[in-house]
Amino acid sequence: MAGTQNAPRSIVTTESPLVRWLLTAIALLFVALFLVIPLVSVFAEAFKQGWQLYLAALIEPDALAAIKLTLLTALVAVPLNLVFGVAAAWAIAKFDFKGKSFLITLIDLPFSVSPVVAGLIYVLLFGAQGWWGPWLAEHDIKIIFAVPGIVLATVFVTFPFVARELIPLMEAQGSEEEQAALVLGASGWQTFWRVTLPNIKWGLLYGVILANARAMGEFGAVSVVSGHIRGMTNTIPLHVEILYNEYNFVAAFACASMLALLALVTLAAKSYVEWAAARQAAEDRRQAVE
Amino acid sequence: MTRRASLLAVAFALLSGHALADTTLLNVSYDVMRDFYKDYNPVFAKYYEAKFKDKLTVQQSHGGSSKQARSVIDGLEADVVTMNQSTDIDAIVEKGKQINSGWEKRLPDNASPFSSLQVLIVRKGNPKGIKDWNDLVKPGVQVVVPNPKTSGNGRYTYLAAWGYALKQPGGNDAKARSFVSALFANVPVLDSGGRAATTTFMQRNIGDVLVTFENEAEMIAREFGRGGFEVVYPSVSIDADLPVAVVDKVVDKKGTRKAAEEYLKYLWSPEGQQVAAQNYLRPRDKTVAAKFAKQFPVVKLFTVDEFGGWTKAQNQHFDDGGIYDQIAAANAKN
Repeated sequence: MAGTQNAPRSIVTTESPLVRWLLTAIALLFVALFLVIPLVSVFAEAFKQGWQLYLAALIEPDALAAIKLTLLTALVAVPLNLVFGVAAAWAIAKFDFKGKSFLITLIDLPFSVSPVVAGLIYVLLFGAQGWWGPWLAEHDIKIIFAVPGIVLATVFVTFPFVARELIPLMEAQGSEEEQAALVLGASGWQTFWRVTLPNIKWGLLYGVILANARAMGEFGAVSVVSGHIRGMTNTIPLHVEILYNEYNFVAAFACASMLALLALVTLAAKSYVEWAAARQAAEDRRQAVE
Repeated sequence: MTRRASLLAVAFALLSGHALADTTLLNVSYDVMRDFYKDYNPVFAKYYEAKFKDKLTVQQSHGGSSKQARSVIDGLEADVVTMNQSTDIDAIVEKGKQINSGWEKRLPDNASPFSSLQVLIVRKGNPKGIKDWNDLVKPGVQVVVPNPKTSGNGRYTYLAAWGYALKQPGGNDAKARSFVSALFANVPVLDSGGRAATTTFMQRNIGDVLVTFENEAEMIAREFGRGGFEVVYPSVSIDADLPVAVVDKVVDKKGTRKAAEEYLKYLWSPEGQQVAAQNYLRPRDKTVAAKFAKQFPVVKLFTVDEFGGWTKAQNQHFDDGGIYDQIAAANAKN
């Protein structure tokens, strides 16, 4: 009781310390139970039989192929979404046109559609019994059950990340600065590079980080179009499932730990981006005052 | 883009240490066959290279049998399919037209190089005293079986129980139906595939008895140790044929017919049969069978022909609105 009178930490909390401690404990318990323990268990399970076995599971040819395919997929899907996201956000935030809200809804579609359905859409389009299947087979173009199908499905599920991140940001910023640049004689391209892009760079990076995490971790949509050929069309998440089904728990968790590691790196990068953005905002304010 | 992708692909192939093979076959198979083909593929590749002076790589794809068939229909370019039920291959014949009809006549034994049967797996010491199918319908016995709607494994169990009831003195269809219905009333969890059912029984420790293929029992022994369970052979069981076929449309397009046909034919060779027996699949070859006789107790078997073949059995029992659906609906009400 004395503690609260001596050092009132916050004016908004009037609850007794007991309640405060209890609430904090519950929150921490939840975090431990649902986040920390599963994360730790992934690594514990992966290193259960020593790091040699852990390493062996990662440099096994099928695992390496899965890692490479996952990186390749992200390497194609993320830049595509970057370009598209910037273009869409630019168009939506800076201009008014008919069907704008329809376009926004369309961009959101991959968020609301189940990944399995997303995969089946491509089976329906490119599968042997699908719309364009016979034509593709005639010309010997493989899309589904091959790398292009996996990339397509990944592009689909990561579609909204960059655009969704940029639209509110660009709308909040308005177009005064661009208009000023244009009045001062800058070309459209110059305006984009010198004015728009620097303003959105942190939001853009944030979107890219999220899109990348999803691209590497996607399971449902990729599973449908993959065909599960070992060493050929298995991404890391699919490889984890196969290993688990084979009772190869150490290898399964070793590969899973890589995905977990990716998640941690993503979180760290995200925190850094947020911190850097906040710092720059403070800097800008200070300069404006001066 | 395509050039970069192909460059990357080549770089990856080199990095991962895969030699660029002259011939590549894709074997699309079902879930619990991965252990067998892991052993069989190198044996065959060695034979093939020695005989035809041609380097061969076999790629594997595994999943639920019917799901895998669906992928082939949708364009997964399998050179050969190795399934656990002929209806899955028939589906490819009918819906995808990638396999010519009459595939089962192109190889011996109805194109089924080995077989398995449904056995009962019980906990150590057999605490519930389970000896035969009729022990599974007793009250208080929990039976773990994969879903007959989604898994060949589950369908074989259903038909084995039905056939057992039919063969009892005074057995008829009505009695068989109530027997199977009582059995499925004792099933606490219906998993979608054989491997998932094994995990439920062994890892989640649910149920008193697991009904699955004989070769899956051996898998469990290798993964979980032999101490934790016992295999009970029922008085009568169903002969599970495990059919294989060349996918005509794909091999003719890729020019791999010769290799694909050799790949399947070699399954009947003494070497192939030996690998099968080592993986607890019952071989067709008499000499190999004699050699491994100790690990394959003699069980009275009947085949799906008892039900008029797979097409009829499927139609009558497992299609939507079929007898299995009626049983499941009635059990859900009680």
